[in-house]
Amino acid sequence: MTALLTVENVTRRFGGVHALRDVALDVCEGETHAVIGPNGAGKSTLFKLIGGQLAATAGTIGYDGARVDRLPPHQRARRGIAIAFQDAPVFRGMTVAENAMVGAHAVTRAGPLAAILRSPRHRREELEIRAAAAEALKRVGLAGWADRPAEDLPLGQQRALQLARALCGRPRLLLLDEPASGLRGPERSALAELIEDLRGSGLSILLVEHDVGFVARLADRVTVLDLGRVIAHGTFARIRVDPAVIAAYLGGAE
Amino acid sequence: MAELVQYLITGVGVGCAYALLGSGLVVIYRVTRVVNFAQGAVAVLAALTVTTLLAAGLPHGLAEGLGVLLAGAAGLLTGLVATGKPGTTPQAALIVTLGLGVLAYAVEILFWGDQPRSFPGLPGATAGVQTHYLLIASVTALVLAATAVLFARTDLGRALTATAEDPYAARIVGIDVARMGLLAFTVGGALGGLAGVLITPVQQVTFDSDVALVVNGFSAAILGNLTRPGLTLAGGLLLGVVQALAGGYWNTSYQTEVALIFMLVVLVVRAGRLSSVETA
Repeated sequence: MTALLTVENVTRRFGGVHALRDVALDVCEGETHAVIGPNGAGKSTLFKLIGGQLAATAGTIGYDGARVDRLPPHQRARRGIAIAFQDAPVFRGMTVAENAMVGAHAVTRAGPLAAILRSPRHRREELEIRAAAAEALKRVGLAGWADRPAEDLPLGQQRALQLARALCGRPRLLLLDEPASGLRGPERSALAELIEDLRGSGLSILLVEHDVGFVARLADRVTVLDLGRVIAHGTFARIRVDPAVIAAYLGGAE
Repeated sequence: MAELVQYLITGVGVGCAYALLGSGLVVIYRVTRVVNFAQGAVAVLAALTVTTLLAAGLPHGLAEGLGVLLAGAAGLLTGLVATGKPGTTPQAALIVTLGLGVLAYAVEILFWGDQPRSFPGLPGATAGVQTHYLLIASVTALVLAATAVLFARTDLGRALTATAEDPYAARIVGIDVARMGLLAFTVGGALGGLAGVLITPVQQVTFDSDVALVVNGFSAAILGNLTRPGLTLAGGLLLGVVQALAGGYWNTSYQTEVALIFMLVVLVVRAGRLSSVETA
């Protein structure tokens, strides 16, 4: 399998503190890769480096055969890296459908002038966006909510909306930042089902998650971070018996 | 009675200009959190440019259109100077816009001198109302409606709204937030320029007319918390009408002050109501 995302020797320091040290991992086409680790392991930092909210102190990040580590976040999104959850809540004050449609901005081609003049090209694109949003909402089970304010949705459905918004940008790589956090049992398994469905359609997924059950169910491979370093990687079955992983988790009292 | 009608018409005309300028402030503030105090200067610049273009023999319509385009460009430039450096706080950017407003005085006096200028608008009267006032009202209605459609029904509008809601999340979902800010400054500048161009035929413009325009436009926008276009329109019209009535029935030297004090009272009363709702 070819790697869609490659993180090589990435280091990030905050002052004298190493949040990440020489981290490497890759996500292959169609693979679901999970990153786990105790609190403070550097998971969120890694995510922000891939998304572009933070710059790496050293190391490279490649995506689809090109380096992306110096691109601003919106350009990474345009290339097909979509982020959902923790850092990207739904836009309050916009409807569910509008939220989904915002995701399509990452792939629109008609410029601002076309929008101001309402050119035929813009109108055509607008119709496509509407259709794409409707389809994405249907796919995540929110078809009936389209015209409701997004803030009215229960948490589980806000997560589904975040996925729909990401899908509207026609991504190839989905970065999911703690999808299950704060969700109750049924919401949690509904979301897991949704992510499984996305994986089934060929999307590559990188997810950070605390919930071990979630990871066991979804991940093809797992990378374990502790104190900013990779301490293990492999299938879930393998890393769960890895002595270093067990020590890190017991030491972290989780 | 005829007097009253005339004052109301004048008031609505001037109020439209405040509403347009205030809407420009709202567009910019929502997307960038910057209050652009150079808005008035942009309006004056557009109006003065139109006087020159008309004097140079350009036909009506074209001259006014170019004035508005120039205002858009001036808005963009304001945005670049005030917010171009990454990490500039909205407060710092606000001070920069004040400075640009003062700089505009120098430029305007250099090119146009310090005497009041004007140019003819639509001549004649329709149904007893000066036709130009009808033009002001209809252009304002049209442009504000088009702006509302732009925000509600286009990809660009959604990207601007998303940036206004949460710039950090907007960037993550693929929106070029810096570009959206500059676009807002451009659209806002054009709205300000339109205000200046529409009002000049019925109210002479000098280099320092920007103060009255931006103060009134700002109070109109404040009525809508700098974020609500509908209330901004209402606020602009209210200010214009109160001003015209104060000027007509009492004294033109105090009309701006009367209108602003009136607005202050409206705001205080409303704030009182809101807080009593919250404590209830």
